[in-house]
Amino acid sequence: MAVTVKIPSQLRPATDGQGEVEVEGGTVGEALDAVFDQHDGLRERITEDGTLRRFVNVYVSGEDIRFQEGLDTELTDGDEVTILPAVAGGR
Amino acid sequence: MAPKALSCKECKERYPLEARYVCEACFGPLEVVYDAQGADPAELKRKIQAGSAGIWRYADFLPFSERPRDPLEPGLTPLIRADRLAERLGLGEVWVKNDAANPTHSFKDRVVAVAVAKAKELGFTTVACASTGNLANSVAAHAAASGLESYVFVPSDLEEQKLLATGVYGTNLVGVRGNYDDVNRLCTQLCEERPWAFVNVNLRPYYAEGSKTLAYETAEQLGWSLPDRIVAPIASGSLFTKIGRGFTEWLDLGLVTGELPTFNGAQASGCSPVATAFREGWDVCKPQKPKTIAKSLAIGNPADGPYAVQLARSTGGAVDQVSDPEIRAGIRLLAETTGIFTETAGGVTVATLAKLAERGDIGRDERVVTYITGEGLKTLDAVRDSHHMYEIEPTIESLDAEFAAAGSRL
Repeated sequence: MAVTVKIPSQLRPATDGQGEVEVEGGTVGEALDAVFDQHDGLRERITEDGTLRRFVNVYVSGEDIRFQEGLDTELTDGDEVTILPAVAGGR
Repeated sequence: MAPKALSCKECKERYPLEARYVCEACFGPLEVVYDAQGADPAELKRKIQAGSAGIWRYADFLPFSERPRDPLEPGLTPLIRADRLAERLGLGEVWVKNDAANPTHSFKDRVVAVAVAKAKELGFTTVACASTGNLANSVAAHAAASGLESYVFVPSDLEEQKLLATGVYGTNLVGVRGNYDDVNRLCTQLCEERPWAFVNVNLRPYYAEGSKTLAYETAEQLGWSLPDRIVAPIASGSLFTKIGRGFTEWLDLGLVTGELPTFNGAQASGCSPVATAFREGWDVCKPQKPKTIAKSLAIGNPADGPYAVQLARSTGGAVDQVSDPEIRAGIRLLAETTGIFTETAGGVTVATLAKLAERGDIGRDERVVTYITGEGLKTLDAVRDSHHMYEIEPTIESLDAEFAAAGSRL
């Protein structure tokens, strides 16, 4: 599947300033691995021991993957994977 | 006490004091750290006592080099000894910190006042937030008072009373077709695209500092001493942990003596990621989809949840959860025994206090402070149909007849 991974500004120094990366991947984990392969240093900042760090949120087409299958969440062609820092506001 | 830097709560990486909120190395949240070298407790105390009648009397402990000008100063809300509530619960000494007595009727005025002052200092001309109520009211009001442009993002299906109490201040009120999490995500993205100060996103490290003033006021109002136990609501966990930070700072500086109080957190069953993590012994909070009448506490993925769990554990406290009927009963109990009408978040807190009392967790010799963070008029739906109204003709006979029929006497 060809998908777009959106990179937050805090991580763009590691992607040469790119805000979006086009990759192939059948699951969120595979897509992120493909991004990590292209850009050194991203893996450690987003994941720890193979899972998402606790202050990182990942959304597929607007839905938090923690409410889906986590890194095993399946992707379809053209999906948008968004990485964002976890901030829960006050309401 | 001069603010020194922003420091990552996870990996301790340091950053300059600017509009940033997340560690570039590990995505951990950032927090303001201060230089307390050479601080003289007697001098600090004297400055507090000679200060203004609000949070800026504690300016030495907030992230500013100079006391900001604030036209809508919150704080110094009443700390009331609630003997009738204590008696009803079989407790010795209970105090209620009534933070509904702030300019827009919730504790949010403390954090927003700090964030808006910081936004001005950093040169922002526009402030913004994602909210479903209290924060929206507060940002709109403080922006208006300070002469800043503001954008308040809310779910478009928000109750009318909340829209009115925000829109009245002349803000740019934006209804987003989606739920709170959608609004929050949009704001996190907007934060990267627009030169705006989002009080609870890119100014979050400063904003959160405002909650420490609740601890300072409590200690000062108790005659420069600490309570034995506190009960406070948990949404993101920021208020809860910052009350702890405030007490710790004053203990470290020698402004008060003794031990950090026992920390009891309060959540609603319909949104209880922190209570669940506490009960299960987890170090992280599993996100939940909120479903509770306590909407002001309904954060399914709490940023400071892990730190809240840690604080409750290390002080011998707990994080409990209460059901919607218990929340309604909590609102009633507080109103009937103290004359304070609180919103659902206060109902959660009082219901948790009642639960702790019933469980025998609180000793009769303990001095307990309960934090009431918001006003009952904002969540009227929670008390709808909870009372009876006698309806009579304008005659004494009709009054007597009505009460006789109801089986009571005037």
